Amino acid sequence: MRDFLPIGEWAEKTINFILENDHGVLENLGDVVGDMTALTEQLLQLVPDWLLAGMFVALGFWRLGWKFAVVAAAAFVVIIGTGFWPATMVTLALIIAATLISLLVGIPLGIAAALNRRINYLLRPVLDFMQTMPAFVYLIPAAMVFGLGRVPAVLATVIFAMPPVVRLTALGIRQVNKEQVEAGITFGCTPLQVLLKIQIPGALPSIMAGINQTIMMALSMVIIASMVGGGGLGNNVLASIQRLDIGLGFESGLAVVLLAIILDRLTESFGVRKEERIARRKGGQGQES
Amino acid sequence: MQAKIVVKDLYKIFGPKPDVAMQMLRSGKDKDRIVRETGMVVGVQNANFHINAGEIFVIMGLSGSGKSTLIRLLNRLIEPSSGQVLVDGQDVASMDPRELIKLRRRDMAMVFQSFALLPHLTVLANAAFGLEVSGVPRKEREARAMKVLEQVGLGAYANRYPRELSGGMQQRAGLARALAVDPSLMLMDEAFSALDPLKRTEMQDLLLDLQREQQRTIIFVSHDLDEACRIGNRIAIMEGGRIVQIGTPDEIIRNPADEYVRAFFNGVDVNKYLSAKDIADADAVPVFKAHGDFADGFHGAIERLRAARRNYGFVVDGEHKLVGTVSIDSMIRSLESGSTELSHALLTDLPPVNGNLNLRELICRIVKMPYPLPVIESQGHYIGAVTQTILLKKMAKEELSHA
Repeated sequence: MRDFLPIGEWAEKTINFILENDHGVLENLGDVVGDMTALTEQLLQLVPDWLLAGMFVALGFWRLGWKFAVVAAAAFVVIIGTGFWPATMVTLALIIAATLISLLVGIPLGIAAALNRRINYLLRPVLDFMQTMPAFVYLIPAAMVFGLGRVPAVLATVIFAMPPVVRLTALGIRQVNKEQVEAGITFGCTPLQVLLKIQIPGALPSIMAGINQTIMMALSMVIIASMVGGGGLGNNVLASIQRLDIGLGFESGLAVVLLAIILDRLTESFGVRKEERIARRKGGQGQES
Repeated sequence: MQAKIVVKDLYKIFGPKPDVAMQMLRSGKDKDRIVRETGMVVGVQNANFHINAGEIFVIMGLSGSGKSTLIRLLNRLIEPSSGQVLVDGQDVASMDPRELIKLRRRDMAMVFQSFALLPHLTVLANAAFGLEVSGVPRKEREARAMKVLEQVGLGAYANRYPRELSGGMQQRAGLARALAVDPSLMLMDEAFSALDPLKRTEMQDLLLDLQREQQRTIIFVSHDLDEACRIGNRIAIMEGGRIVQIGTPDEIIRNPADEYVRAFFNGVDVNKYLSAKDIADADAVPVFKAHGDFADGFHGAIERLRAARRNYGFVVDGEHKLVGTVSIDSMIRSLESGSTELSHALLTDLPPVNGNLNLRELICRIVKMPYPLPVIESQGHYIGAVTQTILLKKMAKEELSHA
């Protein structure tokens, strides 16, 4: 019996229709994304490895203290020592590009969803779709539309990584104390002033948590996106699977984990207020002594 | 006195179709029935009142009585369903958004129960917030904010963040933020309710001090009767979205409009709200006119005192201002020394009682005095007399009427 709902066929036809009728819009979009990623990659490779690693360690010292700085330094020694530094930088460039696009689109979407109930209703199923649809499924059409390479990798990553920042931005804005918003209105704020002076600052911890989540999602996705030619650490992981090379798999996997830890802790530290960070650090020391 | 705010036929209905609920209200259906049939909640119904310029107007009621909704209708934090809110003759309810923002920036401020300070700004920046919003340059707004911070005793904390302050201090900052824009109208929603009783009294005193310096029109929502009586010039009592009574604290305590209002005062020591002028009895002690009643020497006066079975009488001048006290003894002594001059018989060591003296202090004064005390108002006009007996009788009567 033939399926009475040939959704798959429709999807295929839709993609084909877009391909035939986009008048170069997608190509231009692809070029912009490709250039952006390439530029980021070049910038990262311009800086000597020891200097860039040192900058990360310094950042870690400033935000989180000497303990984290030591951990970060050790992580970079491992990455450089195993020879995965160049691949790590390619991966980092992909993450940065995908994250930037996710934030540029995601934060405004989150704000819109928080302020407008209808947009929120429309957006929710779309976000569910983006987050739960198996990533391989949209890698294929992405590669068909943009060709193999960085561009489909970055865009597929954007689709996968954007939902957290949208959701957490919306949540943060909705959770801002109602009387604080009323205070803003009472003192004569325009709706834009309420947004900029009260809602966004109030939602900042939540937005930062969303950015952190988006970066972590992007990291996991750019590895998978190496299947469409994203490059970087994902290539090594993929190669290790194809060749059953346990050593290569472990080393490249370790680089991914270390990069993840550094990015996670650093971005997380920006979501916490300074005093809380100090208090937390002191609390930690107190428990040890 | 001039009305600062006039509220006419004001209604607020929460729900998708306020018109339907309005129709039902007009046809006489009550609030409970509307909730049952339509799910819509009547927040405020048929509010009609005015607020005088320079007075502290307290809106009182239990939680859910609509008092917080009512105060938010005044600056349109909540959109009215129907009716008018005239502020200086301008109708806030029908104003276009730009006008409304202008009015809020210029002439209205609000203080919130949860303080609602912005956590990412310093105390100074919080106090300057209203000015920042309306585009006052940084230097000027910070100077003005600093001045009000000093006024509320927070000058030393200008560069701290709100979370570093205690609740009482945070609300001082909230008050400073409102005062900084120098509004003629201040809305205070349960402003001191989150504070402990000691801090609450302290803040009430601060508010009264500020009010003495500069008369603003203040609308104060509270569920605390003590607070309402202490700071309110007039009180409106709300129940179920309706205003059931408006009056001075005295009027409401003495003549509660219905059982609900009466129940409000149950368990409350009403004597706390009585002052000497409420107790003074104008007929208890004979009063003599300084010019006229002593024309025949002291004989007539002595006769009148004896007839009234009193040893003391009060003397007033032509404007009914208290001159002093005479007693049978003092007049006889004066006669014996051959003088019919009033000044000779006048007892000057009996200081009069100010009419605003509260009951507790009055009791302290009166236990030491075996004779009646004259009660005067602030300009010196005689109101009446208090004696231990009058005081006890009055207190017993109050107890009975509120029991």
